[in-house]
Amino acid sequence: MTFQVQYLFLIPLLPLIAAAMIAVTRQPHKRFAATMGIGAMVISLTLSCAAFAKTLHRSSSAANFHEVHNFNWFTFGETTLQLGWVLDPLTAIMLVMVTFVSLLIFIYSIGYMAHDENFTRFFCFLSLFAAAMLGLIIANNLLLLFMCWELVGLASYLLIGFWYQKPSAAAAAKKAFITTRIGDVVFFLGILWLYSQSGTLLFYADGKGCLENLQQAEWAARTTIGGMAITTGIGLLIFCGAIGKSGQVPLHVWLPDAMEGPTPVSALIHAATMVAAGVFLVARVYPLMSANGGEVAGWGPGIHISALTVVTWVGAITAVFAACIAVAQTDIKRILAYSTVSQLGFMMMGLGVGGVAVGMFHLIAHAFFKALLFLGAGSVIHGCHEEQDIRRMGGLKKFMPVTFATYAIGMMALSGVPILFSGFWSKDAILHAAHDWPVSKIPFYLGVSGALLTAFYMTRQMCYVFFGNNRADSHHATKPHESPRVMTLPLTILAVFAVMLGFIGTPAWPWFQSYLNGGQPLFNFAELWQGEVRSILLLSTVIVAVGIGLGWWFYGRKPITSPDAEDVLERLRPDIYELFRNKFYIDELYEATVIRFFVWWAQLCDSMDYWVWNGAVLAVSYLILALAWVNRLIDEYAVNLGFDEGCKGVAEGGKLFSRLQNGRVQSYLRVIGVALTVLILVLIWGCRPS
Amino acid sequence: MSTFPLITVLTCIPLVGAVVLIGLDFERKQLARGLALGFNLVSLLGAVLLWLHFDSASPNLQLTERHDWIPSLGAEYFVGVDGLGLLMVLLTAIVVPIAMLASWRIEEKVPLYFSMFLLLQAGLFGTFTALNFFHWFIFWELSLVPAFFLIKLWGGPRRSAAATQFFIYTMVGSVAMLLSFLAIFWAVGTFDFHTLAEMGSSGKLAGALADKLGWINLTGHQLALVIFAGVFLGFAVKVPLIPFHTWLPVAYAEAPTGVTMVLTGLMSKMGVYGFLRILLPIFPNEMRLIMTPLLWLAVATIVLSACAAFAQRDLKRMFAYSSINHLGYCLLGVFVLARFTGNDGPLNVEKTAVLNGVLLQMFNHGLTAPILFCFIGFLEQRSGGLRGLDDFGGLRKVAPIFCGLMGIAIFASLGLPGLNGFIGEFLIFKGSFPLATWATALSVLGLLVTAIFLLTVLQRVFSGPLNVKWSALAELTWPERFIVIPATALMLLIGIWPQVLMGKINLTVIQMVDHLKF
Repeated sequence: MTFQVQYLFLIPLLPLIAAAMIAVTRQPHKRFAATMGIGAMVISLTLSCAAFAKTLHRSSSAANFHEVHNFNWFTFGETTLQLGWVLDPLTAIMLVMVTFVSLLIFIYSIGYMAHDENFTRFFCFLSLFAAAMLGLIIANNLLLLFMCWELVGLASYLLIGFWYQKPSAAAAAKKAFITTRIGDVVFFLGILWLYSQSGTLLFYADGKGCLENLQQAEWAARTTIGGMAITTGIGLLIFCGAIGKSGQVPLHVWLPDAMEGPTPVSALIHAATMVAAGVFLVARVYPLMSANGGEVAGWGPGIHISALTVVTWVGAITAVFAACIAVAQTDIKRILAYSTVSQLGFMMMGLGVGGVAVGMFHLIAHAFFKALLFLGAGSVIHGCHEEQDIRRMGGLKKFMPVTFATYAIGMMALSGVPILFSGFWSKDAILHAAHDWPVSKIPFYLGVSGALLTAFYMTRQMCYVFFGNNRADSHHATKPHESPRVMTLPLTILAVFAVMLGFIGTPAWPWFQSYLNGGQPLFNFAELWQGEVRSILLLSTVIVAVGIGLGWWFYGRKPITSPDAEDVLERLRPDIYELFRNKFYIDELYEATVIRFFVWWAQLCDSMDYWVWNGAVLAVSYLILALAWVNRLIDEYAVNLGFDEGCKGVAEGGKLFSRLQNGRVQSYLRVIGVALTVLILVLIWGCRPS
Repeated sequence: MSTFPLITVLTCIPLVGAVVLIGLDFERKQLARGLALGFNLVSLLGAVLLWLHFDSASPNLQLTERHDWIPSLGAEYFVGVDGLGLLMVLLTAIVVPIAMLASWRIEEKVPLYFSMFLLLQAGLFGTFTALNFFHWFIFWELSLVPAFFLIKLWGGPRRSAAATQFFIYTMVGSVAMLLSFLAIFWAVGTFDFHTLAEMGSSGKLAGALADKLGWINLTGHQLALVIFAGVFLGFAVKVPLIPFHTWLPVAYAEAPTGVTMVLTGLMSKMGVYGFLRILLPIFPNEMRLIMTPLLWLAVATIVLSACAAFAQRDLKRMFAYSSINHLGYCLLGVFVLARFTGNDGPLNVEKTAVLNGVLLQMFNHGLTAPILFCFIGFLEQRSGGLRGLDDFGGLRKVAPIFCGLMGIAIFASLGLPGLNGFIGEFLIFKGSFPLATWATALSVLGLLVTAIFLLTVLQRVFSGPLNVKWSALAELTWPERFIVIPATALMLLIGIWPQVLMGKINLTVIQMVDHLKF
């Protein structure tokens, strides 16, 4: 084992130590906190790059390269639970991405949070998040992954609720934690099931891990309810965790609300890294997800259904669903949030139809340009005095040139503007794979519509924010201003990557795909002109052109003049616009059904406690009291009464007889006389001859 | 050292303390507090010695002491610890001093209060170490009496009713248990747990009962079931298992903070301990017979109590229900253990996971729940007795350290990985999933609901705009930090390195599971 693997644990450990040290630092020591956090990230980044270099130098023949280090955590019975970490291309690329993006966002936060009184606490939570996220990435055990998974959830909770005085932030934090926990609980069941079936939760352990040799594993061949393979069942349960964390329908509701947190948090956690953890999870347990689930009747012969089928559908639906909502939002961060949900849907779809490389390519590319967009949005908000409503912005192009330029690059990358921008290539790969998906063509069409909507809403946002006239309230004395260098520098770096990253995974030179899957990438321009590749590339180009064109036609052609002006879509189709603006009323639906039911149920449990259980106990106690009372009655009337009457009789008799003893001699003599007479008479009567 | 009666000494320390304190004048408050704490620290030291002297490489009972007491009644003085007893003794020695420190500000009849506390501790030590029913039962009841007076004399406004309900309810269970054991003694002539366990698992007990106690034509097995029901009631009330729980929210809410801490941390564990030490080994067949309904009761305990906790508006009552919920996981584990597995290797492995999980959960809940009540006590002191969910708001602004430390305890309680609560729950679920899949799957809902109401507490009490009424609320003082920080450190330690506890209990667990194979 090489030192890169040996010391891989340092990558999450260093930020953790930094978090602990910052936690005990007093508030005023801002410089110390920032230095600790950033220093730890720099070292982690260096180590990640070393690990990445290590995976580059593997022998190309090893398709499934990984090196692991496992250790005993504890022993129960005669078995030992082992945890461990793994280095493989998937881990390495994620490590580099997360540490790099984190580092830039840490730097950006120095500027963004400079005046916050809880600056040190912010860096403490950020470092905690980074530690948990990096731990999640290197985990070689599903349990360890789950533990880190919960910890990133905690960090997300703490950071969404960072401005805890705002009730909306506190509520959003709670909502985020609980919504994701719904998925996590099901995920937890999946872990339990997997553990009970395979006997280990290690991913890789010299051929004995739960992801290795699934084809030969006896348990993987078994089936469960409805003829579904056990692997599919477990895969679906695990995927529920990913649905929660990655904001897929129907558990997407927390992610837009999570924008209550400071903008660097939205960029780091709720766009680039944590929400992608769900996608990463599916990629990590891919053998389980793709394990053959058997042919299901009705789908036609030769089409095998696995957990990935569900992943694809959920992803495709989410991609369009969230894009629709994004079209009608007016909060700059919420638009980006719904865009994130939609892009995560694309990633899921990519995993489902095209495999790990397709989904992960979009994940990595998205991480950079979405972080860029969020940080750009943060810069805009900062420059506009905490204004988040795009209707009150406008014309920022001339006030914030650097932000504008970088934001435009991010926007074009997200929309998928051809050739130059990374989003084009990664999205194209997904669409291409969806087109070849044997099960159904619908996800492909959904993906195409999603891409169209993406280009449209991003153009709308650009027009609102950067073009036209400034529509800010006049009470702001100062004009919008460009952000300081410490904020624009990360923007510039991210913008460079938003452009460059696309070239590592084009059909002409699929380096990324072969890095993850093994094999040598071939440099072949001719690939681009081959039949299907070319038509999909052309289609992508047309979609983007149409999306941007429509957006420009609606919003850019005539400058929007007033913040209260009606949206163009609102004018065209008010009903649909209302539906989109209200997010398909999903929140209201949950409020009216799930939440109301739960509250009612909790009340019922409470009343049941009081009336039924407590009532039963009271009934028993009253029964006993009643018995006691009956007892008393019996005592008083049956037992005591008889006894008392008897006593009374004796007393009366005594009284009667006591009259005899009145002490007068004459009465005694009288009695004696009477008695004597009676005695004589009796004797005479008795001695009479018979 | 092997001849030194460590356990007896350990039990006697608080007993002596109780006697010393009860003789003190009511006005010598400071002396009483100091003495009580002193006795506590000595017993903590004793427990630590016990922990160190316990040989974790041996599954047998250790440090045993055995003397005849009343031979004609089968009564022996027989004490000793295995992993289970050891863990509980340690927990007692840790929690009682914390609870005492949390009651430092009691001002009425101080020496009596602490004397009762020490008596309670002696009762707990005795319960967790005694191995003969006669001896054990004395301590079991001994702990009840001071608890009654502690609630009755120092409790909240409705303390009298609460104390009476608590006492009578628990007493009913105890009496049922006593009667059952008398029947057993009549039938087999011994009170020794170990002998009884052997007879129970081999089926001799049922036979003997049928021979000696021919009662309205019941067969031996039916008779054993009746006897089992009596013992079961005693423990089910103590833990408690729904529907035998109604005494608990009232008692927890009315008891003074320190007593609530002991009630939730330790006295509830007496019930689980009883299940593991007495019921499961002696009546495995009976338990197996009614395992399915019991499992559903455990699920009901977990889910209904968590939901009921959400509906509470009084923090103490809310955490009382939360406590029922957490013990529900222990009960789920206990009932699952009754399942017949024979020599099925993998399932027996699952059983060891469950039992390890149950023991860890007992310890972890015994640590976390008292700390939570301790925080509520601190809050009550500051608010003049208010402890409603909606009485506060935004406290994080004025008391960030208070909020941070209580937040850690809350997250430990909701089972966040890295803190102590997670590992016990994970092991229980891990083992019970293959043994009782549907019951486990439903119980997992409890984890979700727990998160909902605990986060609601954090939201309502600590977040949002600061309630102006509390703008001068005091931050956690240094003595208060001194109480909670060591416990918090312990939570972290167990969460990260559970082997520190599991190393001591694992062999006991293996042996207990071994006994349950038949």
